[in-house]
Amino acid sequence: MIQPHDSVIVLTLGRVVIPLVQLFGLYVVFFGQHGPGGGFVGGVILATSMILSILIFGPTASNSSLARKVLHGDGLGLLIFAGVGGLCLIGGGEFMNYAELEIPGLDAASRRYLGIAMAQIGVAADVAVTGISIALSLSSENNDEVSHG
Amino acid sequence: MTLWAEIPLLVLLIMTAAGAILVKDLVPAVFILGSYSFSLALVWAWFGAVDVAFVEAVVGAGLATVFFLLTLFGTAPKDTRIRRPPVPWPAIVGLPLLGLLLLYGANDLPRFGDPASPASTHISSLYLEQSLRDTHTPNVVTSVLMDYRSFDTLIETVVIFTAGIACALLLRRSQT
Repeated sequence: MIQPHDSVIVLTLGRVVIPLVQLFGLYVVFFGQHGPGGGFVGGVILATSMILSILIFGPTASNSSLARKVLHGDGLGLLIFAGVGGLCLIGGGEFMNYAELEIPGLDAASRRYLGIAMAQIGVAADVAVTGISIALSLSSENNDEVSHG
Repeated sequence: MTLWAEIPLLVLLIMTAAGAILVKDLVPAVFILGSYSFSLALVWAWFGAVDVAFVEAVVGAGLATVFFLLTLFGTAPKDTRIRRPPVPWPAIVGLPLLGLLLLYGANDLPRFGDPASPASTHISSLYLEQSLRDTHTPNVVTSVLMDYRSFDTLIETVVIFTAGIACALLLRRSQT
């Protein structure tokens, strides 16, 4: 099990740095269509920020049940991504052809823009949750070995 | 061709790669591998592949280092020390020959940024011309990844999902 860190410097700096990293991750996800970055990188940045918070404050620091449920939602991002692809099927279009999204008042290019944005969110959610899940799995094996030995 | 940045970056890459192989313990090897990823990210950024540099810096120097370290924390100190058997003589003779063969083959590769190379003439010019009009997305890398080649990205997302599920199934035995 990962223990909370005992240094005041680490705890205080963690409180400042982690929200900034998360803000930067969200910026990378939503600005990926205009600059470098995108869903994958943004998701990894979000995952590293949350792994950092687990390493600093310990996995049991938050008693929010919502956070625990989110960590078990491994397939949610995948569902968002594939769901956006599936939404294109409704109007008789092709799978993953965002121009066929049934959104009134938008031309094909804007629909593609929106589809790309939603797919980025899906990829980011999938990568972020998977990263935290792998980190928790690795540290739980650590716990396993300590309790046996 | 300006070489004032390429040669220091190449030296940095070779030094960090050799250091990660030659070091006696796995924990410093992980850190040196992280710095190797960072210098590789500098190389990508120097050649203009900013998206690839971003991914290399974040995944190679950030996430992979954390995963390696968390794995090493679960092992005993004697497991992280590396014992090396002496190198067999066919490797000493054969590997430099293989390197020479690869250098000889690299002569026939197209020059960097050559507009007549097969990679630049086939379909990438089409993407570059039509991406902004088709998708309103200025970053062509994103529009290729998420729209023109979105099936690839979907399957990659499935791969990441599968990795997470496999880790959870294999490693979380004691938890509910």
